[in-house]
Amino acid sequence: MKQWKILSTLVLIFLVSYFLPLSNPKAQKAILEAFRMLQWYARNHTLACVVPALFIAGAITTFLSKAAVLRHLGPKANKVEAYSVASVSGTVLAVCSCSVLPMFAGIYRVGAGLGPAAAFLYSGPALNVLAVFLTARVLGLELGVWRSAGAILFGVIVGILMAVIFRREEQARGAAVMQLPEPSVPRRKLWQTAVYFASMMLFLVFSDWYNPGNVTLRKNDGTTLQVVMLQETASDIVFQVERPAGNLRVGDKITLAKTEIASMEEAKSWVMTVYHVKWRLAGLMGLAVLWMVWRWFDRAEVREWMANTWEFTKLLVPLLFGGVFAVGFLGELLPGQQVAAWVGDNGLLSNLVAAGVGCLFYFATLTEIPILQALMERGMAQGPALALLLAGPALSLPSILVIRSVLGVRKTAVFTGLVVVMATLVGLLYGQFIQGGIA
Amino acid sequence: MKIEILGAGCPKCNQLTENARAAVEKLGLEDCAIVKVRDFNEIARRGVLVTPALLLNGQVKVIGRAASPDEIANWLRGH
Repeated sequence: MKQWKILSTLVLIFLVSYFLPLSNPKAQKAILEAFRMLQWYARNHTLACVVPALFIAGAITTFLSKAAVLRHLGPKANKVEAYSVASVSGTVLAVCSCSVLPMFAGIYRVGAGLGPAAAFLYSGPALNVLAVFLTARVLGLELGVWRSAGAILFGVIVGILMAVIFRREEQARGAAVMQLPEPSVPRRKLWQTAVYFASMMLFLVFSDWYNPGNVTLRKNDGTTLQVVMLQETASDIVFQVERPAGNLRVGDKITLAKTEIASMEEAKSWVMTVYHVKWRLAGLMGLAVLWMVWRWFDRAEVREWMANTWEFTKLLVPLLFGGVFAVGFLGELLPGQQVAAWVGDNGLLSNLVAAGVGCLFYFATLTEIPILQALMERGMAQGPALALLLAGPALSLPSILVIRSVLGVRKTAVFTGLVVVMATLVGLLYGQFIQGGIA
Repeated sequence: MKIEILGAGCPKCNQLTENARAAVEKLGLEDCAIVKVRDFNEIARRGVLVTPALLLNGQVKVIGRAASPDEIANWLRGH
């Protein structure tokens, strides 16, 4: 199976290299765009976000006891407990979305039952550390927060609805008994583990601190503009116009070579104040983590942590950067009018289309982020973007088939329907909220 | 004695299988079978939620990580 995958990847690369029409200006532009997007990720998201998040993901699998979390998802756990733990435990249990399906089957079969299992399946993939931070950073803080909150809240709602709809069949289940290994003796006090994780999270918060990018721009020819910096590469910067000037309207995007820019002055705010010292704050947290590792952890544990981090790196980095590159290339060939026509507003149809597409397509872990970025640059509205983010990683055609083998046709159909409806609703709600905020 | 390794074929599951094999060899056990369980309906039926997992004579010994050969050898000795 694995060898077969390697072969098909090689064949694919071969075919692309063989047939790529290099003299075609459209293809040239697409190649350039692919590298531009890759450079933007390399410059802005790799060291500050992806790398620390991989270490945190490694630490979560190594040092947080899964058994402790699973106990709350067992058949004897009370309902409120089971639903709340199921909807947030994606952070701890599903560091990578590949492990969501088996765990879903487990929670359904031997654990707390259909409702909590459905809640977990809906919210889990959206809550891993990397997805949370990368969404907030690449697609905007608001979308990031709404993605997490929407996943948790609507996960619970989908779960409860599933449990209510199929309440009669629930009793027949539960032949197997949940098995957990005997609890090992904890090597650290709880507060030590908590402080350790908090410091790592704070490191990520600071290193990933958001620069709102509001600047007053003075060009070489003397004109000044109020703009927001969107993307910076080695040679140029993309800006969005904040205040109309000349023939530029609010929201227009302009690309300027760095040589055209005489000076840039930042708007002052506390966010900017923190931004300027972010590496110092992050460094402080980093030192604290190092000190704790040195004092509280033994060598075997650190080795296991590093091994787990490396596992994730091998799994996620090729997917993420390969995805960014592919999306940069294909996105350039995507007709913008088409995107705008289907998902360009925050209306019902746009959200429904986005949720439906997200439901059927398979997004490899984290690639949903560059895909959405490309779509949004081509006119996708915020509401549908959220709808796609919620429906996308939770479901795909292949995963629907697997879920069917666990739940059967009827429950799977109802679950899929609920996910589409819920994602559409959250998208609509968020779209209205964003429009209201601007107006 | 029967060791079951539960997991759909992830790198960690393979690691755990390797470690179990190493432990069995180290102790020179001849009547110890190592069985892999890949289908996750089957895995759930054994009451395990997180893979990889190692079961010794039907008893869960570890979930969610690849236990080291020494650890596994300790469990084998205890039986």
